[in-house]
Amino acid sequence: MAKYLVKRIFYLLLTLFIVITVTFFLMKLLPGTPLQNQQKLSPSQQHLILKQYGLTKPVWQQYLIYVGGVFQGNFGTSFQFSDQPVSYLISSRIGPSLLLGIQAMIIGVIPGILVGALGAIKKNTWVDTTTTIVSILGISIPSFVLAVLLQYFVGLKLQWFPIADWGGFSYTVLPTIALAASPFADTARFTRTEMVDVLNSDYIELARAKGLSKWGVIYHHALRNSLIPVVTIMGPLAVNIMTGSMVIENIFSIPGIGEQFVKSILTNDYPTIMAVTIVYSVMLMVVLLITDIVYGIIDPRIRISGKSN
Amino acid sequence: MQSKETILKVNHLKINFNTYAGTVKAIRDVSFDLKKGETLAIVGESGSGKTVTTRSIMGLLANNAVVEGGTIQFHDKDVLKMSQKQLEGLRGAKIAQIFQDPMTSLDPTMRIGRQIAEPLMIHKGVKKDKAMAQALEMMKLVGITDAENRINDYPHQFSGGMRQRIVIAIALINYPEILIADEPTTALDVTIQAQILNLMRELQDKISTSIIFITHDLGVVAGMADRVAVMYAGKIVEYGTVDEIFYNPKHPYTWGLLSSMPTLDTDSGELASIPGTPPDLLDPPKGDAFAARNPYALKIDTEQEPPFFKVSDTHYAATWLLHPDAPKVTPPDQIIQRQAKFAAMQKEAKQQHKIEEEEEQQ
Amino acid sequence: MADEVKLPADSFEPLDKSKHLDSEKIAAPNLTFMQDAWRRLKKNKSAIIAMIILIIFFVLAFGSAFFSPHNPNAVNPQLANLPPKWPGVNINGLNGTLVQAGSRVNAYQAAGAGAGVHYWLGTDYLGRDMLSRILFGTRISLTVAIVATAVDLLIGVTFGLFSGWKGGWVDNFMQRVIEIIMSIPTLVVVVLLILILKPGMSSITLAIAFSSWTTMARLIRAQTLELKEQEYVLAAKTLGESSIKIAFKHLLPNLSSIIIIQTMFTIPSAIFFEAFLSFVGIGISAPQASLGTLLNDGQKNFQFLPYQMWYPAIVLSVIMIAFNIFADGLRDAFDPQTKG
Repeated sequence: MAKYLVKRIFYLLLTLFIVITVTFFLMKLLPGTPLQNQQKLSPSQQHLILKQYGLTKPVWQQYLIYVGGVFQGNFGTSFQFSDQPVSYLISSRIGPSLLLGIQAMIIGVIPGILVGALGAIKKNTWVDTTTTIVSILGISIPSFVLAVLLQYFVGLKLQWFPIADWGGFSYTVLPTIALAASPFADTARFTRTEMVDVLNSDYIELARAKGLSKWGVIYHHALRNSLIPVVTIMGPLAVNIMTGSMVIENIFSIPGIGEQFVKSILTNDYPTIMAVTIVYSVMLMVVLLITDIVYGIIDPRIRISGKSN
Repeated sequence: MQSKETILKVNHLKINFNTYAGTVKAIRDVSFDLKKGETLAIVGESGSGKTVTTRSIMGLLANNAVVEGGTIQFHDKDVLKMSQKQLEGLRGAKIAQIFQDPMTSLDPTMRIGRQIAEPLMIHKGVKKDKAMAQALEMMKLVGITDAENRINDYPHQFSGGMRQRIVIAIALINYPEILIADEPTTALDVTIQAQILNLMRELQDKISTSIIFITHDLGVVAGMADRVAVMYAGKIVEYGTVDEIFYNPKHPYTWGLLSSMPTLDTDSGELASIPGTPPDLLDPPKGDAFAARNPYALKIDTEQEPPFFKVSDTHYAATWLLHPDAPKVTPPDQIIQRQAKFAAMQKEAKQQHKIEEEEEQQ
Repeated sequence: MADEVKLPADSFEPLDKSKHLDSEKIAAPNLTFMQDAWRRLKKNKSAIIAMIILIIFFVLAFGSAFFSPHNPNAVNPQLANLPPKWPGVNINGLNGTLVQAGSRVNAYQAAGAGAGVHYWLGTDYLGRDMLSRILFGTRISLTVAIVATAVDLLIGVTFGLFSGWKGGWVDNFMQRVIEIIMSIPTLVVVVLLILILKPGMSSITLAIAFSSWTTMARLIRAQTLELKEQEYVLAAKTLGESSIKIAFKHLLPNLSSIIIIQTMFTIPSAIFFEAFLSFVGIGISAPQASLGTLLNDGQKNFQFLPYQMWYPAIVLSVIMIAFNIFADGLRDAFDPQTKG
């Protein structure tokens, strides 16, 4: 286990390194400098500004400085807000995004598991059909459509929750629902498929032959075997949520890093774009690492390998 | 064999399955009984209905199964009329089952000690520690080495043979009256097969369980069974004691099965087989279902199904060949050899009986 | 036991087999894999309905030139923001009236439109016909999605097939590459690529394709690893067939079901990405219409003129739902696993 962990962390750092490098050189390919946001300046003034951003140095030097900076938490200065270090931009905004993300994860996954399991247990009945329809809707209706709908109907017409901005808990409700729809649907579908497979397997039949009641079988045997694989989709789910947050934060005007990312793109604020990319990648890699480890722990076939016969 | 009490009676069982393609008549009139302490082997090809029959005894039929008729009497109660709760009380306690594939029969994420103890906890309300202790005893009984240390292991840590022993432990822990063994050794190596069969015989003696043994392997039957029922296309075509079936078979299908089994006496040359495939039970043929593949078929085989004809008190076969008006046919060579042996066995038994009688009179 | 019933006299004569029974008869008709899959698909009513809906949308979208009543880009400022009007229909929402400041107003009259003028789905803020814009927009969205998926397919299948077939360190290396790409959230990759390639239909298409080929590659690789252990592959190798030939003749046909299914799932994903990018402003740019830009335009007026967002949203959602249901049905048809 420890050896595995070390190997994974090594790969994580390596990947991170590559991501930073690739992102850096990609950004170098792009036109656009801090100058674009200023008015006409004399050449010497332009040079001063470029120097301030360190852009007058040779590229490889810029690269090394950048990488060094990243590992110290310094991502440079924003092109868009010339007095703001990017790291500040990110740190001040990461809170809302994390909060939304975690909330969406929880209210997406847990109901998703319940609904998916229920659909499998009551396969081919109206319960199953309903839950399947709800899942398909959740997957297919784009989150931004859902977001606008929620804003309009629940926020505006019913006035149950605020439709934008960030304040207390109530401001998080609508965005979380919009963000959780897709993870919910994915989890429900996946759980259902797994559960159906499990319910069809030999050991479940044997459990019934032992005299366990239907729900007894589900509780003691089926649930555990169905839920273990669910851990494996947590990675893609996290991606889903990160993607969705860019959209949702935009629509609900939430001061998170997703909204910042979109703004940076529209203003060609490269340091911020790069930083956000790196932050997203780190988050994703950490999630993947955690899910791998958790899966390795909870599945006894992996935790205890091979035959001791 | 003294006469023992009958604990299970299957009467004229008829079961259909509703499928997309239509209604499959899987069991078309099956009757047999099971006595205490005996081993009944049910032999037949895939699709003959062996598994469905035993599933119905435990009430574990699939959702699309419809029982068209018949009763299954277990100690004078009809299983087919029992509620789920009553059935759950039977399963794992009075009637237990072991399945074919030990690699998939066990819950991969539950420790095996717990899996063995489960039937105790369900049916007898035994508390966990006591149940685990009994499970440990059971593990030793079925021959799992180093049981104390292995009781908390997971199924994937055991070999196929060991897993099947675990499955047997689970089935027998409540000392059931009937053990249904559905091809328990088919998925195992031949050497392990022998071990498992030995184990089952030993345990049967210790616990005096009756066993219904399903298999397509006649070799296994010879070693295990007291009586044999041969199934084809949803019906029993012949049944009798193991000697009668092996050495005095009367149904052409049984002849075919026995002829296709190579023995030490088999000459070189082509191995006999029964050409063709079993009929489609969506639309069973009129008359005898075996007629299409029966080299001894008679005209009446396409018109009427043969009833059971008596060969002895314990031996019945459903073939028109046993009708008094039927022509005398010559069975395959192998069968003739067997029948010769049977005649010899009968003679010996008679002489033995005579000697015993004389001894008694003295 | 023995019968007492009278039986016809010739009952016990041997049966003439040749005339009566065929022991080798195969009861069910013989079907190829595709035929069998099609038969199963047909039974799945929702999948068939989804398929029909998709076909309708495709025909409408790609024949948009024939079906559009107006030029989607023709600007008509005085006829801006008109609600839908269906000739002869007098249901609110379809009769050209709007609720303005609390009372219902006939918007067409107010704008001075002629008597015969009607727009099936209304007009947008520049007076452009919504129906035509939606038709053309759907075409663009679908085109982007399909081309992106095709490129995705090409890269993914080749990569996965090569990686799985070669095995060893080549496979290992290629898998690391995939892992690295997968460490960056898809949307981020898409966005970065668009930044570099400059927004436009082709760059979006490439960006979407590039970000999602990894899923296909992984699936194909896993399946290839399984397939190459099959005996018929071993047989082909023994017979001296070149790897490329084996790939085309043996592996690809067996991979085809996975490829088709995955493609059907990728398309809605691509449609979503395009819609999102255009919605946010870095995708297709105005005045060209795509479902995403239409949603963006519509959002601005959602409070008072909700139809401007409803209709593109419904079209987008229905297409995605239909694709998902159809893909589900295909997967069940190709790979039946249900027991009874």
